[in-house]
Amino acid sequence: MTPVIPIISVRNLHKWYSGVHALKGVTLDVMPGQALGLVGDNGAGKSTLINILSGLHQQDEGEILVEGQQTDLRNPKDAMRLGIETIYQYNSMVPIMSISRNMFIGREPLKWAIGGFGILDERKMRDDSVAAIANVDLHLRSPDALVGELSGGQRHGVAIARAMHFKSKVMILDEPTNHLSVKETAKVIGFVQGLKAQGVTSIFISHNMQHVFACCDRVVAMALGKVVLDKPVSETSIDEVHTVL
Amino acid sequence: MRRLLKLALQKPEMAATLLLVLLVIFFQIRSNMIFLTYDNLRGMLGFLPEVGLVAVGVTLLMICGEFDLSVGSVFALMPMTMAVMMTMGWGFWPATGLGLLVCAFVGFLNGWITIKFAIPSFIATLGMLFMARSMTVVISGGFPPRLNMDNIPEHLFVSYVGPGDLFRASFVWFVVISILISLLLSKTNFGNWFRATGGYLPAAEALGIPANKVKIACFMICSVLSGLAGLMQVLRLGSPLPSIGEGLELQAVAAAVIGGTALAGGIGSIIGGIIGAVLIRVIDNGMVMSQVDSNWFKFAVGALTILAVVGNSWLRKRGRAMKVETER
Repeated sequence: MTPVIPIISVRNLHKWYSGVHALKGVTLDVMPGQALGLVGDNGAGKSTLINILSGLHQQDEGEILVEGQQTDLRNPKDAMRLGIETIYQYNSMVPIMSISRNMFIGREPLKWAIGGFGILDERKMRDDSVAAIANVDLHLRSPDALVGELSGGQRHGVAIARAMHFKSKVMILDEPTNHLSVKETAKVIGFVQGLKAQGVTSIFISHNMQHVFACCDRVVAMALGKVVLDKPVSETSIDEVHTVL
Repeated sequence: MRRLLKLALQKPEMAATLLLVLLVIFFQIRSNMIFLTYDNLRGMLGFLPEVGLVAVGVTLLMICGEFDLSVGSVFALMPMTMAVMMTMGWGFWPATGLGLLVCAFVGFLNGWITIKFAIPSFIATLGMLFMARSMTVVISGGFPPRLNMDNIPEHLFVSYVGPGDLFRASFVWFVVISILISLLLSKTNFGNWFRATGGYLPAAEALGIPANKVKIACFMICSVLSGLAGLMQVLRLGSPLPSIGEGLELQAVAAAVIGGTALAGGIGSIIGGIIGAVLIRVIDNGMVMSQVDSNWFKFAVGALTILAVVGNSWLRKRGRAMKVETER
């Protein structure tokens, strides 16, 4: 039997932010199809790790392997190209732009183009957004509605629809349930469970244990820049995770 | 119907359009029906492209989330560069080309300084306002060079064209450029990046938009348009004065804001900026035509700026709150 290659593998990752040692040698394998819950207090290094995996920042030491290949993630485009899509707590959408515009920022379908610049295929943008949104079981009035008029949960839904549309292999969700109502939280957790059904790997960052235990199959806890616990959900409990944090 | 009204109310240029219609009617009556006569319109349309082009550039830049206070100085620097080169024996086209290159470089510097040193563009371009104006005076040598109009293809820029000689050629330039910039903003992927960068920078960056390059491109477009506008004015007047365009930067910002462009970026439209510029011209001219003391002009522009912004946010709120049936 051939061993399964981790979809993302980080080795001994270090990161300093102006003198602060934010990541102190993090090593982590993310297996394909897994729903991984990343928990930890503020300042534990979760966001730093995510920013590196999404290409927003670069590590000072250590290496990242995507599907067994060593890679440099120099910017968010690199990560997206490899199928790693990150949905941030606040900044994954431009509120003053329409849903269909937001779906394709930076990856617009073009009717024709010269050197990467060209005329938008607006009909395709609209049709594809409607289809993508329907695929995540979200029902919105129109692809022309402004994202700023959507609720927090709906925004996450659109962001997830976008990631699905671009066939992401790994979806990183940064605190997706923060500031959401109970009903909307349930919806987002439903989205994450839906990802697993479609074979998409997900990394779910939260400091709410209930949410993590509701939709993940593995928990990784971080504290002070290190991984302090890494277990399948079935072999641990909320209490155990709380004690190590 | 309600849906259309809701969409219209949320358009950023709505308040300005309404005000424009009202003011035109008002001045037409106040001036005993001479405001909308052929001669008066012809005069107004001759000057409009110069202010209008600057307003278009400033509006584009503001949508991208940045500011340019140096446009008035660039407005003078470009034609002065051209005129000086022409007195040194250069032909019109190379001299104009160099002038526009200088503008592009000033725009690049504005953007580069703003981004590289992470300072507000308000400050970077305020500095440039003084520096570019000073350079204009320095290269003129204190005496404005004489332009030999024989070597200049006037018909391409300022001669009267169009039905009944109503427009100058500069008006055609203005319309064509405005349409092109409008299309760039609304129909191309580049335009999508402009809006995303100005609308919410962290999201644009997280999605891999080269926000810094986008901003620098906007600064450069804005400067080049201002320079081109300055060229039109100098060709119309026939002489490059180093003092032209003073105060123009604030008029252009006022035009953009009156037209519904948000200071914070992201929201706004090119047509809004143009309507803003037209409004300012209408007030200027309408006051003269209806024999109001012209010293009230700046007062009126100031009041209008505040009124338009307040009116805009009110209209938008009303539009958003308006209930429409959802199709399901």
